[in-house]
Amino acid sequence: MQQNSNMAGNAFDRRTLDWYIDKGMQLVVFIGGISAIIFIIGIFVFITLEGMDFVFGRFDPVEFFTTEYWFPSDEDDPEFGILALIAGTASVTGLAMLVAIPFALGAAIYIGEFATGKKREYLKVLVELLAAIPSVVWGFIGLSIMNPLIIEVFDVPVGLNVLNAGVILGLMAAPIMASIAEDALKAVPESYREAAEALGATRWQVIFKVVLPAAKNGLLGAVLLGVGRGFGETMAVLMATGHSVNIPGSIFDSVRALTATIAAELGETAVGSDHYGALFTIGIFLFLITFVINLSADLIVRGVRKG
Amino acid sequence: MKSNVVLASSMVAAALAVSLTAQARTVIQNKGSDTLVNVAQAWAEEYQNVAADVAVAVSGGGSGTGIAAMINGTVDIANASRKMKDKEVKMAKDRGQNPIEHIVGYDALAIFLHPDNPVNELSISQLKEVYSRKSSAKNWSDLGVTVPGCKGNEIVVVSRQNNSGTYVYFKKAVLGKKGKYRSGTLDMHGSKDVVDLIEKTPCAIGYSGLAYSTDHVKLACISKDGNACVSPSVATAVDRSYPIARPLFMYTNGEPEGAIKGYLDWIMSDAGQCIIQNKGYAPMKTVDCK
Repeated sequence: MQQNSNMAGNAFDRRTLDWYIDKGMQLVVFIGGISAIIFIIGIFVFITLEGMDFVFGRFDPVEFFTTEYWFPSDEDDPEFGILALIAGTASVTGLAMLVAIPFALGAAIYIGEFATGKKREYLKVLVELLAAIPSVVWGFIGLSIMNPLIIEVFDVPVGLNVLNAGVILGLMAAPIMASIAEDALKAVPESYREAAEALGATRWQVIFKVVLPAAKNGLLGAVLLGVGRGFGETMAVLMATGHSVNIPGSIFDSVRALTATIAAELGETAVGSDHYGALFTIGIFLFLITFVINLSADLIVRGVRKG
Repeated sequence: MKSNVVLASSMVAAALAVSLTAQARTVIQNKGSDTLVNVAQAWAEEYQNVAADVAVAVSGGGSGTGIAAMINGTVDIANASRKMKDKEVKMAKDRGQNPIEHIVGYDALAIFLHPDNPVNELSISQLKEVYSRKSSAKNWSDLGVTVPGCKGNEIVVVSRQNNSGTYVYFKKAVLGKKGKYRSGTLDMHGSKDVVDLIEKTPCAIGYSGLAYSTDHVKLACISKDGNACVSPSVATAVDRSYPIARPLFMYTNGEPEGAIKGYLDWIMSDAGQCIIQNKGYAPMKTVDCK
Protein backbone atom coordinates (compact mmCIF):
# COMPACT_ATOMS: atom_id res chain seq x y z
CA MET A 1 0.00 0.00 0.00
CA GLN A 2 2.65 2.39 1.10
CA GLN A 3 4.77 1.57 -1.91
CA ASN A 4 1.82 2.29 -4.17
CA SER A 5 1.19 5.71 -2.75
CA ASN A 6 4.88 6.45 -2.89
CA MET A 7 5.00 5.58 -6.56
CA ALA A 8 1.91 7.65 -7.32
CA GLY A 9 3.44 10.59 -5.47
CA ASN A 10 6.78 10.44 -7.22
CA ALA A 11 5.41 9.48 -10.58
CA PHE A 12 4.01 12.95 -11.14
CA ASP A 13 7.51 14.43 -11.02
CA ARG A 14 9.04 11.77 -13.22
CA ARG A 15 6.62 11.82 -16.13
CA THR A 16 8.69 13.92 -18.44
CA LEU A 17 9.36 13.12 -22.10
CA ASP A 18 12.46 11.20 -21.04
CA TRP A 19 10.35 9.04 -18.76
CA TYR A 20 8.06 8.09 -21.66
CA ILE A 21 11.01 7.41 -23.94
CA ASP A 22 12.53 5.26 -21.24
CA LYS A 23 9.33 3.24 -20.77
CA GLY A 24 8.86 2.97 -24.53
CA MET A 25 12.36 1.65 -25.04
CA GLN A 26 11.88 -0.85 -22.22
CA LEU A 27 8.81 -2.18 -24.00
CA VAL A 28 10.56 -2.39 -27.39
CA VAL A 29 13.51 -4.24 -25.90
CA PHE A 30 11.20 -6.56 -23.99
CA ILE A 31 9.21 -7.43 -27.12
CA GLY A 32 12.46 -7.92 -29.02
CA GLY A 33 13.69 -10.21 -26.27
CA ILE A 34 10.66 -12.48 -26.16
CA SER A 35 9.92 -12.35 -29.90
CA ALA A 36 12.15 -15.35 -30.58
CA ILE A 37 10.04 -17.43 -28.20
CA ILE A 38 6.81 -16.15 -29.75
CA PHE A 39 8.03 -16.95 -33.26
CA ILE A 40 9.22 -20.45 -32.32
CA ILE A 41 5.91 -21.28 -30.67
CA GLY A 42 4.01 -19.65 -33.53
CA ILE A 43 5.87 -21.64 -36.17
CA PHE A 44 5.45 -24.88 -34.28
CA VAL A 45 1.71 -24.29 -33.82
CA PHE A 46 1.37 -23.39 -37.51
CA ILE A 47 3.13 -26.46 -38.92
CA THR A 48 1.35 -28.70 -36.41
CA LEU A 49 -2.08 -27.32 -37.38
CA GLU A 50 -1.34 -27.73 -41.09
CA GLY A 51 -0.09 -31.29 -40.59
CA MET A 52 -2.92 -32.20 -38.19
CA ASP A 53 -5.43 -33.45 -40.77
CA PHE A 54 -2.85 -35.86 -42.11
CA VAL A 55 -1.51 -36.99 -38.73
CA PHE A 56 -4.98 -37.92 -37.50
CA GLY A 57 -6.19 -39.14 -40.90
CA ARG A 58 -4.17 -40.95 -43.51
CA PHE A 59 -1.02 -41.11 -41.35
CA ASP A 60 0.28 -44.54 -40.45
CA PRO A 61 3.48 -44.26 -38.41
CA VAL A 62 4.68 -47.71 -39.46
CA GLU A 63 4.27 -46.90 -43.15
CA PHE A 64 5.60 -43.36 -42.70
CA PHE A 65 8.84 -44.22 -40.95
CA THR A 66 9.65 -47.71 -42.20
CA THR A 67 8.80 -47.87 -45.91
CA GLU A 68 10.91 -46.41 -48.67
CA TYR A 69 8.23 -45.55 -51.21
CA TRP A 70 7.43 -41.83 -51.41
CA PHE A 71 4.74 -41.48 -54.07
CA PRO A 72 2.33 -39.08 -52.39
CA SER A 73 0.71 -37.71 -55.55
CA ASP A 74 -0.50 -41.03 -56.93
CA GLU A 75 -4.21 -40.73 -57.61
CA ASP A 76 -5.24 -44.29 -56.81
CA ASP A 77 -2.77 -45.54 -54.26
CA PRO A 78 -0.55 -42.83 -52.77
CA GLU A 79 2.38 -44.02 -50.68
CA PHE A 80 3.87 -41.99 -47.85
CA GLY A 81 7.14 -43.62 -46.78
CA ILE A 82 9.98 -41.36 -45.71
CA LEU A 83 12.57 -44.00 -44.77
CA ALA A 84 14.56 -43.33 -47.95
CA LEU A 85 14.38 -39.58 -47.31
CA ILE A 86 15.63 -40.02 -43.74
CA ALA A 87 18.43 -42.24 -45.06
CA GLY A 88 19.27 -39.56 -47.63
CA THR A 89 19.44 -36.74 -45.09
CA ALA A 90 21.37 -38.88 -42.60
CA SER A 91 23.93 -40.13 -45.12
CA VAL A 92 24.62 -36.66 -46.50
CA THR A 93 24.86 -35.12 -43.02
CA GLY A 94 27.09 -37.97 -41.81
CA LEU A 95 29.53 -37.56 -44.67
CA ALA A 96 29.40 -33.78 -44.25
CA MET A 97 30.52 -34.16 -40.63
CA LEU A 98 33.41 -36.43 -41.66
CA VAL A 99 34.51 -33.66 -44.02
CA ALA A 100 33.78 -30.74 -41.71
CA ILE A 101 35.16 -31.92 -38.36
CA PRO A 102 38.87 -32.09 -39.36
CA PHE A 103 38.60 -28.75 -41.20
CA ALA A 104 36.72 -27.00 -38.43
CA LEU A 105 38.87 -28.37 -35.62
CA GLY A 106 42.09 -27.60 -37.50
CA ALA A 107 40.95 -24.06 -38.24
CA ALA A 108 39.84 -23.50 -34.65
CA ILE A 109 43.11 -24.79 -33.18
CA TYR A 110 45.21 -22.73 -35.59
CA ILE A 111 43.24 -19.52 -35.10
CA GLY A 112 42.82 -19.99 -31.36
CA GLU A 113 46.24 -21.30 -30.37
CA PHE A 114 48.83 -20.52 -33.04
CA ALA A 115 47.91 -17.51 -35.13
CA THR A 116 48.69 -14.13 -33.58
CA GLY A 117 48.10 -10.47 -34.29
CA LYS A 118 46.90 -9.41 -37.75
CA LYS A 119 47.01 -12.93 -39.19
CA ARG A 120 44.56 -14.11 -36.55
CA GLU A 121 42.18 -11.22 -37.17
CA TYR A 122 42.23 -11.74 -40.93
CA LEU A 123 41.60 -15.46 -40.56
CA LYS A 124 38.68 -14.90 -38.21
CA VAL A 125 37.06 -12.46 -40.63
CA LEU A 126 37.64 -14.81 -43.57
CA VAL A 127 36.09 -17.78 -41.75
CA GLU A 128 33.04 -15.68 -40.93
CA LEU A 129 32.86 -14.52 -44.55
CA LEU A 130 32.91 -18.16 -45.67
CA ALA A 131 29.93 -18.83 -43.42
CA ALA A 132 28.02 -16.05 -45.16
CA ILE A 133 28.11 -17.56 -48.67
CA PRO A 134 24.48 -18.18 -49.70
CA SER A 135 23.54 -21.85 -49.85
CA VAL A 136 22.26 -21.57 -53.42
CA VAL A 137 25.79 -20.58 -54.46
CA TRP A 138 27.14 -23.71 -52.80
CA GLY A 139 24.47 -25.71 -54.61
CA PHE A 140 25.58 -24.12 -57.86
CA ILE A 141 29.16 -25.19 -57.18
CA GLY A 142 27.91 -28.72 -56.52
CA LEU A 143 25.93 -28.76 -59.74
CA SER A 144 28.43 -27.20 -62.11
CA ILE A 145 31.90 -27.94 -60.68
CA MET A 146 31.66 -30.98 -58.39
CA ASN A 147 29.30 -32.91 -60.69
CA PRO A 148 31.63 -33.19 -63.73
CA LEU A 149 34.64 -33.54 -61.41
CA ILE A 150 33.15 -36.58 -59.62
CA ILE A 151 32.15 -38.17 -62.94
CA GLU A 152 35.69 -37.63 -64.25
CA VAL A 153 37.65 -38.73 -61.17
CA PHE A 154 35.57 -41.70 -59.99
CA ASP A 155 34.20 -42.76 -63.37
CA VAL A 156 30.58 -42.97 -62.16
CA PRO A 157 27.50 -42.28 -64.31
CA VAL A 158 26.08 -39.40 -62.23
CA GLY A 159 27.99 -36.87 -60.13
CA LEU A 160 24.96 -35.67 -58.16
CA ASN A 161 25.14 -38.00 -55.18
CA VAL A 162 25.91 -38.44 -51.47
CA LEU A 163 29.58 -37.61 -52.04
CA ASN A 164 28.84 -34.35 -53.84
CA ALA A 165 26.26 -33.11 -51.34
CA GLY A 166 28.31 -34.36 -48.38
CA VAL A 167 31.41 -32.43 -49.43
CA ILE A 168 29.40 -29.28 -50.21
CA LEU A 169 27.49 -29.46 -46.94
CA GLY A 170 30.72 -30.19 -45.04
CA LEU A 171 32.34 -27.07 -46.46
CA MET A 172 29.21 -25.08 -45.61
CA ALA A 173 29.06 -26.29 -42.02
CA ALA A 174 32.81 -26.06 -41.32
CA PRO A 175 33.05 -22.24 -40.86
CA ILE A 176 30.22 -22.10 -38.31
CA MET A 177 31.66 -25.09 -36.48
CA ALA A 178 35.13 -23.51 -36.55
CA SER A 179 33.77 -20.27 -35.10
CA ILE A 180 32.04 -22.02 -32.20
CA ALA A 181 34.96 -24.40 -31.62
CA GLU A 182 37.31 -21.45 -31.46
CA ASP A 183 35.09 -19.80 -28.85
CA ALA A 184 35.23 -23.01 -26.86
CA LEU A 185 39.05 -23.04 -27.01
CA LYS A 186 39.13 -19.38 -25.95
CA ALA A 187 36.92 -20.21 -22.97
CA VAL A 188 39.66 -22.46 -21.53
CA PRO A 189 41.31 -20.28 -18.84
CA GLU A 190 44.82 -19.03 -19.64
CA SER A 191 46.00 -20.34 -16.27
CA TYR A 192 45.53 -23.94 -17.54
CA ARG A 193 47.96 -23.31 -20.38
CA GLU A 194 50.43 -21.48 -18.14
CA ALA A 195 50.33 -24.30 -15.59
CA ALA A 196 50.99 -26.91 -18.28
CA GLU A 197 53.82 -24.88 -19.78
CA ALA A 198 55.32 -24.43 -16.32
CA LEU A 199 55.41 -28.22 -16.03
CA GLY A 200 57.51 -28.32 -19.20
CA ALA A 201 54.81 -29.41 -21.68
CA THR A 202 55.42 -28.67 -25.37
CA ARG A 203 52.89 -26.68 -27.35
CA TRP A 204 51.28 -29.79 -28.85
CA GLN A 205 51.11 -31.41 -25.44
CA VAL A 206 49.40 -28.32 -24.07
CA ILE A 207 46.83 -28.41 -26.85
CA PHE A 208 46.13 -32.13 -26.93
CA LYS A 209 46.45 -32.97 -23.24
CA VAL A 210 45.07 -29.81 -21.65
CA VAL A 211 43.17 -27.43 -23.93
CA LEU A 212 41.18 -29.93 -26.02
CA PRO A 213 40.03 -32.06 -23.04
CA ALA A 214 39.05 -28.90 -21.17
CA ALA A 215 37.10 -27.61 -24.19
CA LYS A 216 35.53 -30.95 -25.16
CA ASN A 217 31.93 -29.98 -24.31
CA GLY A 218 32.20 -26.82 -26.37
CA LEU A 219 33.69 -28.77 -29.28
CA LEU A 220 30.91 -31.36 -29.06
CA GLY A 221 28.42 -28.51 -29.11
CA ALA A 222 30.07 -27.16 -32.26
CA VAL A 223 29.76 -30.55 -33.96
CA LEU A 224 26.10 -30.87 -32.95
CA LEU A 225 25.33 -27.43 -34.33
CA GLY A 226 26.98 -28.56 -37.57
CA VAL A 227 24.73 -31.64 -37.58
CA GLY A 228 21.71 -29.38 -37.04
CA ARG A 229 22.81 -27.25 -39.96
CA GLY A 230 23.17 -30.36 -42.10
CA PHE A 231 19.65 -31.58 -41.30
CA GLY A 232 18.12 -28.21 -41.98
CA GLU A 233 20.01 -27.21 -45.11
CA THR A 234 17.76 -27.26 -48.15
CA MET A 235 18.87 -25.48 -51.29
CA ALA A 236 22.38 -26.89 -51.60
CA VAL A 237 21.26 -30.48 -50.98
CA LEU A 238 18.33 -30.05 -53.36
CA MET A 239 20.79 -29.14 -56.09
CA ALA A 240 23.65 -31.53 -55.29
CA THR A 241 22.00 -34.82 -54.23
CA GLY A 242 20.39 -35.74 -57.54
CA HIS A 243 16.95 -35.69 -55.88
CA SER A 244 16.28 -39.40 -56.09
CA VAL A 245 14.19 -41.34 -53.55
CA ASN A 246 16.68 -44.06 -52.79
CA ILE A 247 18.35 -45.76 -49.84
CA PRO A 248 22.02 -45.27 -50.68
CA GLY A 249 24.26 -48.32 -50.97
CA SER A 250 27.41 -46.29 -51.58
CA ILE A 251 28.49 -42.66 -51.58
CA PHE A 252 28.02 -42.63 -55.36
CA ASP A 253 24.26 -43.20 -55.13
CA SER A 254 21.86 -40.31 -55.62
CA VAL A 255 19.58 -39.58 -52.69
CA ARG A 256 16.95 -37.08 -51.64
CA ALA A 257 16.79 -35.07 -48.42
CA LEU A 258 13.72 -34.42 -46.25
CA THR A 259 14.08 -30.66 -46.60
CA ALA A 260 14.55 -30.81 -50.36
CA THR A 261 11.36 -32.87 -50.69
CA ILE A 262 9.34 -30.15 -48.94
CA ALA A 263 10.97 -27.41 -51.02
CA ALA A 264 10.38 -29.18 -54.32
CA GLU A 265 6.81 -30.34 -53.74
CA LEU A 266 4.97 -27.94 -51.46
CA GLY A 267 4.44 -25.26 -54.12
CA GLU A 268 2.31 -27.47 -56.31
CA THR A 269 0.22 -29.46 -53.87
CA ALA A 270 -3.43 -28.61 -53.29
CA VAL A 271 -3.84 -26.99 -49.88
CA GLY A 272 -5.45 -29.43 -47.45
CA SER A 273 -4.70 -32.59 -49.45
CA ASP A 274 -2.99 -35.63 -47.91
CA HIS A 275 0.19 -34.81 -49.81
CA TYR A 276 0.18 -31.29 -48.33
CA GLY A 277 -0.39 -32.69 -44.83
CA ALA A 278 2.36 -35.28 -45.30
CA LEU A 279 4.85 -32.57 -46.25
CA PHE A 280 3.94 -30.63 -43.11
CA THR A 281 4.33 -33.82 -41.09
CA ILE A 282 7.87 -34.07 -42.47
CA GLY A 283 8.22 -30.43 -41.37
CA ILE A 284 7.15 -31.31 -37.81
CA PHE A 285 9.59 -34.22 -37.78
CA LEU A 286 12.46 -31.99 -39.01
CA PHE A 287 11.55 -29.28 -36.53
CA LEU A 288 11.65 -31.74 -33.64
CA ILE A 289 15.00 -33.22 -34.75
CA THR A 290 16.74 -29.87 -35.23
CA PHE A 291 15.15 -28.56 -32.02
CA VAL A 292 16.54 -31.48 -29.99
CA ILE A 293 19.96 -31.24 -31.66
CA ASN A 294 20.27 -27.48 -31.17
CA LEU A 295 18.94 -27.61 -27.63
CA SER A 296 21.38 -30.33 -26.59
CA ALA A 297 24.25 -28.48 -28.31
CA ASP A 298 23.29 -25.35 -26.41
CA LEU A 299 23.05 -27.15 -23.09
CA ILE A 300 26.44 -28.80 -23.62
CA VAL A 301 28.10 -25.49 -24.50
CA ARG A 302 26.48 -23.77 -21.49
CA GLY A 303 27.61 -26.62 -19.29
CA VAL A 304 31.26 -26.00 -20.09
CA ARG A 305 30.98 -22.24 -19.60
CA LYS A 306 29.57 -22.65 -16.10
CA GLY A 307 31.96 -25.41 -15.07
CA MET B 1 10.08 3.54 -82.53
CA LYS B 2 8.02 6.32 -83.99
CA SER B 3 5.97 3.95 -86.11
CA ASN B 4 5.32 1.90 -82.96
CA VAL B 5 3.91 4.94 -81.23
CA VAL B 6 1.77 5.76 -84.24
CA LEU B 7 0.62 2.15 -84.44
CA ALA B 8 -0.18 1.99 -80.74
CA SER B 9 -2.05 5.27 -80.74
CA SER B 10 -4.02 4.36 -83.82
CA MET B 11 -4.96 1.07 -82.16
CA VAL B 12 -6.08 2.86 -79.04
CA ALA B 13 -8.11 5.17 -81.25
CA ALA B 14 -9.61 2.21 -83.06
CA ALA B 15 -10.43 0.49 -79.80
CA LEU B 16 -12.06 3.66 -78.52
CA ALA B 17 -14.04 4.00 -81.69
CA VAL B 18 -15.27 0.43 -81.52
CA SER B 19 -16.39 0.62 -77.94
CA LEU B 20 -16.66 3.79 -75.98
CA THR B 21 -17.40 1.90 -72.79
CA ALA B 22 -14.24 -0.23 -72.92
CA GLN B 23 -11.87 2.53 -72.00
CA ALA B 24 -10.01 0.60 -69.29
CA ARG B 25 -7.84 -2.32 -70.39
CA THR B 26 -9.20 -5.72 -69.62
CA VAL B 27 -6.65 -7.91 -67.86
CA ILE B 28 -6.84 -11.69 -68.31
CA GLN B 29 -5.06 -13.68 -65.60
CA ASN B 30 -3.40 -16.76 -67.09
CA LYS B 31 -1.48 -19.22 -64.93
CA GLY B 32 -0.27 -22.82 -64.78
CA SER B 33 1.72 -25.46 -66.65
CA ASP B 34 5.44 -24.91 -67.13
CA THR B 35 5.20 -26.95 -70.32
CA LEU B 36 2.85 -24.34 -71.75
CA VAL B 37 4.36 -21.23 -70.18
CA ASN B 38 6.61 -20.30 -73.13
CA VAL B 39 3.74 -20.64 -75.57
CA ALA B 40 1.35 -18.78 -73.27
CA GLN B 41 3.82 -15.91 -73.05
CA ALA B 42 4.29 -15.80 -76.81
CA TRP B 43 0.52 -15.74 -77.27
CA ALA B 44 0.11 -12.97 -74.73
CA GLU B 45 2.78 -10.83 -76.40
CA GLU B 46 1.44 -11.30 -79.89
CA TYR B 47 -2.12 -10.67 -78.72
CA GLN B 48 -1.06 -7.14 -77.74
CA ASN B 49 -0.85 -6.41 -81.46
CA VAL B 50 -4.25 -7.93 -82.11
CA ALA B 51 -6.28 -6.41 -79.30
CA ALA B 52 -4.52 -3.56 -77.57
CA ASP B 53 -7.27 -3.16 -74.98
CA VAL B 54 -6.70 -6.65 -73.59
CA ALA B 55 -3.66 -7.48 -71.50
CA VAL B 56 -2.86 -11.09 -70.67
CA ALA B 57 -0.77 -11.63 -67.52
CA VAL B 58 0.98 -15.01 -67.75
CA SER B 59 2.72 -16.92 -64.97
CA GLY B 60 3.95 -20.51 -64.68
CA GLY B 61 4.32 -22.66 -61.58
CA GLY B 62 3.06 -25.96 -62.96
CA SER B 63 -0.26 -27.53 -63.90
CA GLY B 64 -1.05 -28.12 -60.22
CA THR B 65 -0.60 -24.44 -59.44
CA GLY B 66 -2.85 -23.35 -62.30
CA ILE B 67 -5.56 -25.85 -61.39
CA ALA B 68 -5.37 -24.86 -57.70
CA ALA B 69 -5.87 -21.22 -58.76
CA MET B 70 -8.84 -22.25 -60.90
CA ILE B 71 -10.36 -24.09 -57.92
CA ASN B 72 -9.87 -21.00 -55.78
CA GLY B 73 -11.27 -18.79 -58.55
CA THR B 74 -8.21 -16.53 -58.78
CA VAL B 75 -7.44 -16.97 -62.50
CA ASP B 76 -9.39 -16.45 -65.69
CA ILE B 77 -7.55 -19.11 -67.68
CA ALA B 78 -5.60 -22.01 -66.13
CA ASN B 79 -3.02 -23.81 -68.30
CA ALA B 80 -2.52 -27.51 -67.72
CA SER B 81 -0.56 -30.28 -69.36
CA ARG B 82 -2.91 -32.85 -67.83
CA LYS B 83 -6.66 -33.19 -67.46
CA MET B 84 -8.23 -31.93 -64.25
CA LYS B 85 -8.92 -34.86 -61.93
CA ASP B 86 -12.56 -35.61 -61.04
CA LYS B 87 -11.76 -34.69 -57.47
CA GLU B 88 -10.42 -31.31 -58.56
CA VAL B 89 -13.46 -30.58 -60.73
CA LYS B 90 -15.69 -31.43 -57.77
CA MET B 91 -13.65 -29.18 -55.45
CA ALA B 92 -13.97 -26.34 -57.97
CA LYS B 93 -17.74 -26.83 -58.29
CA ASP B 94 -18.09 -26.90 -54.49
CA ARG B 95 -16.49 -23.48 -54.43
CA GLY B 96 -18.72 -22.11 -57.14
CA GLN B 97 -16.38 -22.34 -60.13
CA ASN B 98 -17.27 -24.16 -63.30
CA PRO B 99 -14.08 -25.21 -65.11
CA ILE B 100 -14.55 -25.69 -68.86
CA GLU B 101 -11.85 -27.57 -70.74
CA HIS B 102 -10.32 -26.37 -74.03
CA ILE B 103 -7.64 -28.33 -75.89
CA VAL B 104 -5.22 -25.85 -77.46
CA GLY B 105 -2.55 -28.16 -78.90
CA TYR B 106 -0.61 -31.36 -78.43
CA ASP B 107 2.77 -32.16 -76.97
CA ALA B 108 4.76 -35.19 -78.05
CA LEU B 109 6.53 -36.65 -75.01
CA ALA B 110 9.94 -37.58 -76.39
CA ILE B 111 12.20 -40.22 -74.87
CA PHE B 112 15.67 -38.71 -74.67
CA LEU B 113 18.94 -40.66 -74.85
CA HIS B 114 22.59 -39.69 -74.92
CA PRO B 115 23.90 -39.47 -78.52
CA ASP B 116 26.45 -42.25 -77.79
CA ASN B 117 23.64 -44.64 -76.83
CA PRO B 118 23.24 -47.26 -79.60
CA VAL B 119 19.50 -47.64 -78.86
CA ASN B 120 17.35 -46.07 -81.59
CA GLU B 121 14.05 -47.72 -80.99
CA LEU B 122 12.11 -48.52 -77.84
CA SER B 123 8.72 -50.12 -77.32
CA ILE B 124 6.24 -48.97 -74.70
CA SER B 125 6.71 -52.29 -72.90
CA GLN B 126 10.49 -51.76 -72.79
CA LEU B 127 9.90 -48.30 -71.29
CA LYS B 128 7.61 -49.93 -68.76
CA GLU B 129 10.38 -52.36 -67.80
CA VAL B 130 12.73 -49.44 -67.22
CA TYR B 131 10.35 -47.18 -65.26
CA SER B 132 8.10 -49.59 -63.41
CA ARG B 133 8.39 -50.65 -59.74
CA LYS B 134 8.58 -54.25 -60.97
CA SER B 135 11.51 -53.08 -63.03
CA SER B 136 13.24 -55.90 -64.85
CA ALA B 137 15.63 -53.65 -66.79
CA LYS B 138 18.25 -52.22 -64.45
CA ASN B 139 21.14 -52.34 -66.89
CA TRP B 140 21.39 -51.47 -70.54
CA SER B 141 22.37 -55.10 -71.19
CA ASP B 142 18.80 -56.05 -70.13
CA LEU B 143 17.74 -54.18 -73.26
CA GLY B 144 20.46 -55.96 -75.21
CA VAL B 145 22.96 -53.12 -75.64
CA THR B 146 26.22 -51.84 -74.23
CA VAL B 147 26.46 -48.08 -74.01
CA PRO B 148 29.92 -46.66 -74.67
CA GLY B 149 31.11 -44.31 -71.93
CA CYS B 150 28.66 -45.78 -69.45
CA LYS B 151 30.58 -47.68 -66.81
CA GLY B 152 28.74 -50.63 -65.28
CA ASN B 153 26.15 -50.31 -68.06
CA GLU B 154 23.62 -49.26 -65.42
CA ILE B 155 20.51 -47.38 -66.61
CA VAL B 156 20.29 -43.95 -65.00
CA VAL B 157 16.54 -43.34 -64.99
CA VAL B 158 15.53 -39.68 -65.15
CA SER B 159 12.01 -38.66 -64.16
CA ARG B 160 10.16 -35.53 -62.99
CA GLN B 161 8.97 -34.24 -59.63
CA ASN B 162 5.76 -35.97 -58.61
CA ASN B 163 3.35 -33.07 -59.12
CA SER B 164 4.38 -32.31 -62.66
CA GLY B 165 1.72 -32.83 -65.34
CA THR B 166 4.36 -34.56 -67.47
CA TYR B 167 5.03 -37.06 -64.66
CA VAL B 168 1.34 -37.83 -64.29
CA TYR B 169 0.78 -38.21 -68.04
CA PHE B 170 3.86 -40.42 -68.55
CA LYS B 171 2.69 -42.71 -65.76
CA LYS B 172 -0.76 -43.14 -67.33
CA ALA B 173 0.58 -43.60 -70.85
CA VAL B 174 3.47 -45.95 -70.11
CA LEU B 175 2.93 -47.64 -66.74
CA GLY B 176 -0.87 -47.80 -66.95
CA LYS B 177 -3.37 -46.51 -64.44
CA LYS B 178 -2.42 -49.05 -61.77
CA GLY B 179 1.29 -48.94 -62.54
CA LYS B 180 3.87 -47.56 -60.13
CA TYR B 181 7.11 -45.79 -60.76
CA ARG B 182 10.23 -47.48 -59.40
CA SER B 183 12.10 -45.60 -56.70
CA GLY B 184 15.63 -44.38 -57.27
CA THR B 185 14.81 -42.25 -60.29
CA LEU B 186 16.46 -38.84 -60.55
CA ASP B 187 13.53 -36.45 -60.20
CA MET B 188 14.26 -33.26 -62.12
CA HIS B 189 12.39 -30.07 -61.44
CA GLY B 190 11.89 -28.91 -65.01
CA SER B 191 11.61 -30.24 -68.55
CA LYS B 192 14.83 -28.54 -69.51
CA ASP B 193 16.76 -30.02 -66.55
CA VAL B 194 15.94 -33.51 -67.84
CA VAL B 195 17.47 -32.79 -71.24
CA ASP B 196 20.49 -31.01 -69.70
CA LEU B 197 21.27 -34.03 -67.51
CA ILE B 198 20.93 -36.54 -70.36
CA GLU B 199 23.26 -34.45 -72.55
CA LYS B 200 26.00 -35.00 -69.96
CA THR B 201 25.19 -38.58 -68.92
CA PRO B 202 25.78 -41.48 -71.35
CA CYS B 203 23.91 -43.94 -69.08
CA ALA B 204 20.74 -41.87 -68.87
CA ILE B 205 17.22 -42.16 -70.25
CA GLY B 206 14.48 -39.60 -69.64
CA TYR B 207 11.22 -38.13 -70.89
CA SER B 208 10.27 -34.54 -71.62
CA GLY B 209 8.28 -32.46 -74.04
CA LEU B 210 9.59 -32.57 -77.63
CA ALA B 211 9.91 -28.77 -77.53
CA TYR B 212 12.85 -29.10 -75.13
CA SER B 213 14.90 -31.22 -77.54
CA THR B 214 18.42 -30.02 -78.43
CA ASP B 215 21.06 -31.09 -80.95
CA HIS B 216 23.02 -32.83 -78.20
CA VAL B 217 20.50 -35.54 -77.38
CA LYS B 218 18.95 -38.42 -79.26
CA LEU B 219 15.21 -39.03 -79.56
CA ALA B 220 14.09 -42.65 -79.46
CA CYS B 221 11.64 -43.94 -82.03
CA ILE B 222 8.69 -45.38 -80.08
CA SER B 223 6.64 -48.44 -81.00
CA LYS B 224 3.44 -49.68 -79.44
CA ASP B 225 1.77 -53.11 -79.56
CA GLY B 226 4.27 -54.45 -82.07
CA ASN B 227 3.55 -51.80 -84.69
CA ALA B 228 6.34 -50.02 -86.56
CA CYS B 229 8.04 -47.34 -84.47
CA VAL B 230 7.18 -43.66 -84.86
CA SER B 231 9.64 -40.82 -84.27
CA PRO B 232 8.39 -37.89 -82.21
CA SER B 233 7.72 -34.79 -84.29
CA VAL B 234 5.11 -32.10 -84.64
CA ALA B 235 3.68 -33.94 -87.66
CA THR B 236 3.34 -37.31 -85.88
CA ALA B 237 1.76 -35.57 -82.90
CA VAL B 238 -0.78 -33.79 -85.12
CA ASP B 239 -1.87 -36.98 -86.88
CA ARG B 240 -1.84 -38.79 -83.50
CA SER B 241 0.42 -41.59 -84.79
CA TYR B 242 3.06 -40.96 -82.10
CA PRO B 243 1.97 -43.11 -79.13
CA ILE B 244 2.85 -40.75 -76.26
CA ALA B 245 1.45 -37.39 -77.28
CA ARG B 246 -0.75 -35.56 -74.83
CA PRO B 247 -3.26 -32.79 -75.22
CA LEU B 248 -2.50 -29.41 -73.69
CA PHE B 249 -5.39 -27.72 -71.92
CA MET B 250 -6.64 -24.30 -71.04
CA TYR B 251 -9.44 -24.16 -68.48
CA THR B 252 -11.85 -21.26 -68.22
CA ASN B 253 -14.32 -20.57 -65.46
CA GLY B 254 -17.66 -21.12 -67.21
CA GLU B 255 -18.16 -20.82 -70.97
CA PRO B 256 -15.75 -18.12 -72.15
CA GLU B 257 -17.29 -14.70 -72.80
CA GLY B 258 -16.12 -11.29 -73.92
CA ALA B 259 -12.37 -10.72 -73.88
CA ILE B 260 -11.59 -14.29 -72.77
CA LYS B 261 -13.65 -15.71 -75.64
CA GLY B 262 -11.87 -13.37 -78.04
CA TYR B 263 -8.48 -14.53 -76.77
CA LEU B 264 -9.29 -18.25 -76.97
CA ASP B 265 -10.80 -17.85 -80.45
CA TRP B 266 -7.62 -16.10 -81.56
CA ILE B 267 -5.46 -18.90 -80.05
CA MET B 268 -7.43 -21.44 -82.10
CA SER B 269 -7.04 -19.35 -85.27
CA ASP B 270 -4.20 -19.96 -87.74
CA ALA B 271 -2.18 -17.09 -86.25
CA GLY B 272 -2.41 -18.52 -82.73
CA GLN B 273 -1.78 -22.09 -83.85
CA CYS B 274 1.31 -21.02 -85.81
CA ILE B 275 2.79 -19.64 -82.61
CA ILE B 276 2.38 -22.97 -80.76
CA GLN B 277 3.87 -24.81 -83.73
CA ASN B 278 6.89 -22.49 -83.84
CA LYS B 279 7.50 -23.26 -80.16
CA GLY B 280 7.83 -26.97 -80.98
CA TYR B 281 4.37 -28.22 -80.01
CA ALA B 282 1.76 -29.69 -82.27
CA PRO B 283 -1.15 -27.45 -83.33
CA MET B 284 -4.76 -28.67 -83.35
CA LYS B 285 -4.82 -28.81 -87.14
CA THR B 286 -2.31 -28.53 -89.94
CA VAL B 287 -1.55 -24.85 -90.36
CA ASP B 288 0.45 -23.11 -93.00
CA CYS B 289 2.94 -20.82 -91.27
CA LYS B 290 5.47 -18.48 -92.76
